[in-house]
Amino acid sequence: MSANLKRSNAPIFWLLFGAGGMLSALLGPMLVFITGIAIPLGLILSPDAMSYTHMQAFAHHWIGAGFIWVIVSLFLWHAGHRIFHSLHDVGIHAGTAAKLICYGIPLVATIVAARALITSVV
Amino acid sequence: MELQARRQNRKESRPAMSEIEKTIPIEVLRYRPEQDTEPVLQTFQVPFTDDMSVLQGLQYIKDYLDGSLSFRWSCRMAICGSCGMMVNGKPSLSCKTFLRDYYPGGLRIEALAHFPIERDLVIVMDDFIEKLESIKPYIIPKTPRALSEGEYLQTPEERDVYEQFSSCINCMLCYAACPQYGLNSKFVGPGIMALLHRYNMDSRDGGTEQRMELVHSEDGVFNCTAVGYCSEVCPKHVDPANAVNINKTESAKDYFLRFVAPKGAAK
Ligand code: SF4
Ligand code: FES
Repeated sequence: MSANLKRSNAPIFWLLFGAGGMLSALLGPMLVFITGIAIPLGLILSPDAMSYTHMQAFAHHWIGAGFIWVIVSLFLWHAGHRIFHSLHDVGIHAGTAAKLICYGIPLVATIVAARALITSVV
Repeated sequence: MELQARRQNRKESRPAMSEIEKTIPIEVLRYRPEQDTEPVLQTFQVPFTDDMSVLQGLQYIKDYLDGSLSFRWSCRMAICGSCGMMVNGKPSLSCKTFLRDYYPGGLRIEALAHFPIERDLVIVMDDFIEKLESIKPYIIPKTPRALSEGEYLQTPEERDVYEQFSSCINCMLCYAACPQYGLNSKFVGPGIMALLHRYNMDSRDGGTEQRMELVHSEDGVFNCTAVGYCSEVCPKHVDPANAVNINKTESAKDYFLRFVAPKGAAK
C-alpha cells in the first residue's frame, strides 16, 4: 500500500462545499420560488418587490450586499466541488486543468462579487 | 482416504437432495489462472431447499458438480467475515444470503468487487490487511502499566461510545460497495476507518495521534464523497460511513486548529 501521508488540503474546499451545500439546501428552493415563481406571477409578493430600484437599494446596504456575496460565492464553491468530484465519479480523472476550472471560477467569482458589492456599498 | 469416506457419508446422509424437485441456476464467475486468460461465467443447476444459503449452494457445487471451485468460508454464521462475494451485483455474505430469495430466476455470484481475483471467488486481500495493520488496531495505553496495577476499568457509558464500531468482522463488503475505493484503492476506505475510530474512541486508548496522520492525509477521509452504500451493505450494522464522516469533521477541525494548538501529528 505505502500510504501517501502528505497532509491533504481538502478541508478548505470541503468546508466551503459544506457551507454552500447547507445554504443552498436551506435557501435555494426559497430563492427559486421567490425569484422564479412568486414575483413574476405576482403571488404573495408584488412584482415590484424585485424592481431595479428595490434591488439596487438592497445591494447598497451592507446586509444585502453581504447576503448576495455569501449566496453567490458559497453556491459556486459548492457547485465547483460537486462537479469536480462528479467528473472523477464518471471516470474522467481530470487533473490540474479541471481543478483550476472547478475551483478557479468560484474563486474569481468570490473576488469579483466582493469588489462589486464593496464599491456599491461605499 | 478419510476425506473420501466423509464425503461418501455426506452423500448418503443427504438422500433428501434427490427428492428435492426445486433447482436453481447459479452463475459463478470462474477464474483459474492456469487455464483462463480472464474470468468467465459458468452456470450450475443446483437443487436446493428453502433453508439453504448461497454458501451452501456453492458447497453443493463443490461437493457434487465441480470440485475445483474455490471460495472462502469458515463459520457459516456471519461472524468470521470470510465468505463475502457479489450476489447479483450486491456485496453480500454468502452464508447470510438465501437461495430461496432468488428462486426461480437464479443468481449470479462473483468475486468481491474492487479486489484482484486470486482464483474463482477468492480475492487478494493484501491491501486491506496492510491498511488494517497500519492503523494499529489494538489498544495503545496512554501510559505504560504494570500487571500489578490490575485491569483497566471502563464504564458501560465509555464502552457505548465505540461498541458499534467494534462489531466489524473485516468482511470487506464495504470496500466492494465503495465507488471511491473502486476508483482509487489508496483510499483508506470505510471498514478500516470504522476500526480506527473504534480504537480512538476507547477510553483506555492513547493512540489517536498516531492514527490520525493517515486520516488527515491525501489517502485519508476526504476521498469519501458520502455515498453511504458501505453502511447499507455492512452485515454487522457498523455504519462505517458514520465513522468516516465524524473523522472528516475531526480532520477539518485539526486542519485549522493545529496552528492554535499544534500537536505535531501530521506533516
Ligand atoms: S465495516 Fe461492516 S462491511 Fe465493512 S468490513 Fe466491517 S463488518 Fe464488513
Ligand atoms: S462463513 Fe463466516 S461470515 Fe460467512
